[in-house]
Amino acid sequence: MHEFSIAQSIIDIAEEIATKEKADQIQSIDIEIGALSGVVLDALEFALKITVEGTILGETQINFFPIPGKAVCNDCNLMFEIGDLLAICPGCGGGTLKIIDGKQLRVKSLTV
Amino acid sequence: MCDTCGCEENDNVRIYKPGQDYLEHHHHSHDHTVPHHHHHPGEHQHREISVETNILSKNNLLAERNRGFFEALDIFAINMVSSPGSGKTSIIERTIAEIGDQLKFYVIEGDQQTANDAERIQKAGAEAVQINTGNGCHLDADMVKKAVKQLAPESHSFLIIENVGNLICPSMFDLGEGKRVTIFSVTEGDDKPAKYPTIFHTSNVCIINKTDLLPYVDFDIEKAKNLVKRLNPEMEFFEVSAKTGEGMDEWYNWLKSYSRKPNSNSTI
Repeated sequence: MHEFSIAQSIIDIAEEIATKEKADQIQSIDIEIGALSGVVLDALEFALKITVEGTILGETQINFFPIPGKAVCNDCNLMFEIGDLLAICPGCGGGTLKIIDGKQLRVKSLTV
Repeated sequence: MCDTCGCEENDNVRIYKPGQDYLEHHHHSHDHTVPHHHHHPGEHQHREISVETNILSKNNLLAERNRGFFEALDIFAINMVSSPGSGKTSIIERTIAEIGDQLKFYVIEGDQQTANDAERIQKAGAEAVQINTGNGCHLDADMVKKAVKQLAPESHSFLIIENVGNLICPSMFDLGEGKRVTIFSVTEGDDKPAKYPTIFHTSNVCIINKTDLLPYVDFDIEKAKNLVKRLNPEMEFFEVSAKTGEGMDEWYNWLKSYSRKPNSNSTI
């Protein structure tokens, strides 16, 4: 359950920014989760629900923005969306891909 | 949970040499920066602040500091990851016993509980520090930094970091290693790479262990390697048996190729 470490890191980032901005509340926070980031969205939501209690994010609306995975086929250069790292190129059937999107795990913005 | 402040961070993480009581309970290095909740009437204007921060940035930054330290001292650090029972400790033990006279090894052992593995490593002949993560399912860069402080490794040496047995969580946490080595054994099933793709995608080396058991299990070694290659075309492979020693020479040669010690080709 590394999602608990991830949840704690999100709280740390939010607290750091709240301090810097002299904000006493955070209304909402936007988090981008790539499909290939290695984090399960449901597990992270669950971990956050437990971890935020009593922190700056205790009353905050948490918005998740899932980012689809994207890859380029090393054989035919086709670009396409993928849901997992073992995807096969729909163009040529090749299995060697270069991941170009979907690995992000990022606090995008927050509203104070 | 910490008795002083009730915090959960670094809950029960202990870092210590075998035979010693643990030296470091957590040091309250985290700061309690929850802003004070003064309410100023009339201030209800909301502002959106762009953050654009990688959630793992704190760990990544600490990992880069570790990496810089290793580079400066010419220490080759490897992060060994596998599920529990794949034979990580046995591979490290045999490596130290067989080439410990040629390469200087230090070992950091990560487990939820006990100093058993660090004790095994010390018996094999290398200095070791045990990290007990308590409830934690992976090592992070900060734990490694603290363990390295206790080990105080010499320059031109090898640092083997044995992660907590887990193929999922360690994949996300850079420790500052030079190479990440994932191990799985032939008793685990040849579809393991498909089940836990991220760790294979982020590793540099794949060791397939317990090859002495191949005649007794339905494990298709080519199928397993092909799955790994699809996840990571650059992967380097070693097929070994830490029990019989089969295939270990290739692994040793690979390690020796990273020895930057002057005259490292000659036996010391």
